[in-house]
Amino acid sequence: MNVHDTLFWFFSLAISSRNPVTSAMFLVALFVFMAGLFVLLEAFFLAAIQVLVYAGAVMVLFLFVIMLLNIKEAERRHFRLLGVVGGVAVAGALAWELAIILRRPVESLNPGKAEFGGGLEAVVKPLFANYMLPFEVTALLLLVAMIGVVLLSKEELK
Amino acid sequence: MTSALTLNHYLWISGLLFALGIAGIVMRRNLLVIFMALEMNLNAANLALIAFSKFNKLVDGQVLVFFIIAIAAAEVAVGLAIIVALFRRKQTVSVNELNSMRL
Repeated sequence: MNVHDTLFWFFSLAISSRNPVTSAMFLVALFVFMAGLFVLLEAFFLAAIQVLVYAGAVMVLFLFVIMLLNIKEAERRHFRLLGVVGGVAVAGALAWELAIILRRPVESLNPGKAEFGGGLEAVVKPLFANYMLPFEVTALLLLVAMIGVVLLSKEELK
Repeated sequence: MTSALTLNHYLWISGLLFALGIAGIVMRRNLLVIFMALEMNLNAANLALIAFSKFNKLVDGQVLVFFIIAIAAAEVAVGLAIIVALFRRKQTVSVNELNSMRL
């Protein structure tokens, strides 16, 4: 059993747990592992962001809503036959395509180019040069999302 | 630093994670778990982008991942607010019972 298999079975726990809270905890572990992979890829800034935003903020939000809704857990695992067949078929088809494509090693496009590191400076500099407009639009989008959430959470929607 | 891990390894993990996320979306009936599986898909895309960015030595992939993370956070906030509003009205988060739009 290599690293891939271990990761795969661990990840699959996140979608197969009966209790949503267990699912969420496995998802937190998944995000932390992904951050580890980002570090292996030398994307240090994004690894930090991944832990802060995903494992921190997003999952806290998820757990908060799960606790808030106080869902009565389904007594038995309720899978529809069509859903299971469809899910396995789609996932299997994707994995099969992947197996065909990845049989040969994927070559790097720029073999001679210098590494850019992946620390804060390398990632953030383009944000204020080439990606200035998307950056500002993202800020606006976050504001709009915040206002929308406040509006949606109101007791009476008019 | 040289490592034995090639681009293919990362693409494998990314693809398997994406397939797993799709399976979760199709198979599960709980709206919250479906939403979590969706996050797995986004993460799989992030991993593929960062891997390509590293092995092609272009920083743009990482910038894109930065945007994806920011927008995913906004998306989660809005989606969860919608789920809470839905739960208030229907008292359920099972997609089996939320079928009022079905033909």
